[in-house]
Amino acid sequence: MSTLSLAARDTTTMLRRNLLHARRYPSLTLNLLLTPIMLLLLFVYIFGDTMSAGMGGGDRSDYIAYVVPGLLLMTIGTTTVGTAVSVSNDMTEGIIARFRTMAIHRGSVITGHVIGSVLQSVISVVLVGAVGVAIGFRSTDATVVEWLAALGLLVLFALALTWIAVGMGMVSPNAEAASNNALPLTFLPLISSTFVPVDQMPGWFQPIAEYQPFTPAIETLRGLLLGTEIGHNGWLALAWCLALTALGYFWSKAVFDREAK
Amino acid sequence: MPSSVMPMITPPDRHPSSAAVSASGLRKSYGDKVVLDGIDLQIPAGTIFALLGPNGAGKTTAVKILSTLITADGGRAQVAGHDLSAAPQAVRAAIGVTGQFSAVDGLITGEENMLLMADLNHLSKQEGRRVTAELLARFDLAEAAKKPASTYSGGMKRRLDIAMTLVGSPRIIFLDEPTTGLDPRSRHNMWQIIRELVADGVTVFLTTQYLEEADQLADRIAVLNNGKIAAEGTAEELKRMIPGGHIRLRFTDPDAYRTAATALTGAARDDEALALQLPSNGTQRELRSVLDWLDSADIEADELTLHTPDLDDVFFALTATVPTQSKESAR
Repeated sequence: MSTLSLAARDTTTMLRRNLLHARRYPSLTLNLLLTPIMLLLLFVYIFGDTMSAGMGGGDRSDYIAYVVPGLLLMTIGTTTVGTAVSVSNDMTEGIIARFRTMAIHRGSVITGHVIGSVLQSVISVVLVGAVGVAIGFRSTDATVVEWLAALGLLVLFALALTWIAVGMGMVSPNAEAASNNALPLTFLPLISSTFVPVDQMPGWFQPIAEYQPFTPAIETLRGLLLGTEIGHNGWLALAWCLALTALGYFWSKAVFDREAK
Repeated sequence: MPSSVMPMITPPDRHPSSAAVSASGLRKSYGDKVVLDGIDLQIPAGTIFALLGPNGAGKTTAVKILSTLITADGGRAQVAGHDLSAAPQAVRAAIGVTGQFSAVDGLITGEENMLLMADLNHLSKQEGRRVTAELLARFDLAEAAKKPASTYSGGMKRRLDIAMTLVGSPRIIFLDEPTTGLDPRSRHNMWQIIRELVADGVTVFLTTQYLEEADQLADRIAVLNNGKIAAEGTAEELKRMIPGGHIRLRFTDPDAYRTAATALTGAARDDEALALQLPSNGTQRELRSVLDWLDSADIEADELTLHTPDLDDVFFALTATVPTQSKESAR
């Protein structure tokens, strides 16, 4: 069998294993989904009118449109926390030693996790998006191209955060540590433009909020779905996605190879 | 790798073609701690080889190197005719490894674990199902096949572990302490399983800390201590090297003890316990001659026990020249 078809076959096998885990133990995935959904309901129904008024808008229905894109990206962040935990579980169990002593494609364990995690992220985003639509979120005049671009952005962003989460999982000695190490993936969206515009934050904090990975992606998604100004955020979001993917990939690979010393 | 270059890198030995595992000068250290300090091994195909040693002797490190899990710092090794460093993937295709810690996926069922192995061994769906059903039945796991592996007992997990290893029909199987932590019944089951493996022509490399286990199973035993092979041979050969076997005579009457001690000049005395120790190799013939001698000298002990060499004896005997070890035995 050629290297490429071996890689494809083993990666598919590992992906099936990860999806089996997710299907057999849906509670972890569902728990991670709870955070963005609770935040969505909290900010719309409890704080919605106040937030909307503070931003100079109308009632809370305006705020739904503002908050949903950020929460969709936050969903990716919380889903990948689960990836860090399951990678860490795998790396600390005896099964990884078994995989390493088998004549299989070396990277397939990791690639299986990555593809599984991206798929789960997309499904989670669809579920949170459905809740958003149910409580009144509507896109304004998004074309098919814009919808596809939005989907592409979500997948790229999921890929980037997944690779970072894989690295975090690889360096964590156990599941608890992995969950703690992956905290920035849940925390960063809170200090982005998810809930309030960056220009309403304290001046010294604005550069941090504006240039961290989540804000450019959120602004780009808003632009694609709601027709707001995207500006340089599109390129910034793309650059962040590529940079985080590369960083996470080489980090994970280095840790994975180091284990064999 | 072309097979024609193989003889060039094979270290000189008597049976280069029939060796399942051959290694020379394997070294490994972590920081300044030397774990393996030049190991030579020669294991003929179709035999059981036991690497015997206490915790921390380097047994697991040796298995990890030979199973391509980690790389050695020095030395050469061939497994199934393939050089470890030049063709690790070819080695992996020929071996199966069951480590000290259970290498099963606890989140999925026993059957799913087996099918996962079938997929990773690139068996067809039909073949995978057939092998899975056959091995689950053979290892008495058919009933528990649909239950998550995390719910299995220690013995069941170990059996599943070995069953998973066998899915790829490996020619050489590494078993790292296969019975550690198992109850006596599971241990004997495991021994039976290991014997059956070799009957199928497979080579087994096992590590153990139990002399009895090596004695029961292995064709050849190497004693590993402080990263070096202290002795190698059949169980019989090793036992002959060990002076630990003795007959212990215990008395309740101090006068009888003193009389016996005077008569048996070759015996080691334990005045506090009123016991005498006579060196013995444990054979029936020798035991009878000792008994005859006691009768003729009119000595009657209240208790007679036969002590056969155990792992302690092996180590104290074989490692007396190693400084750190002799310090310990002096305590």
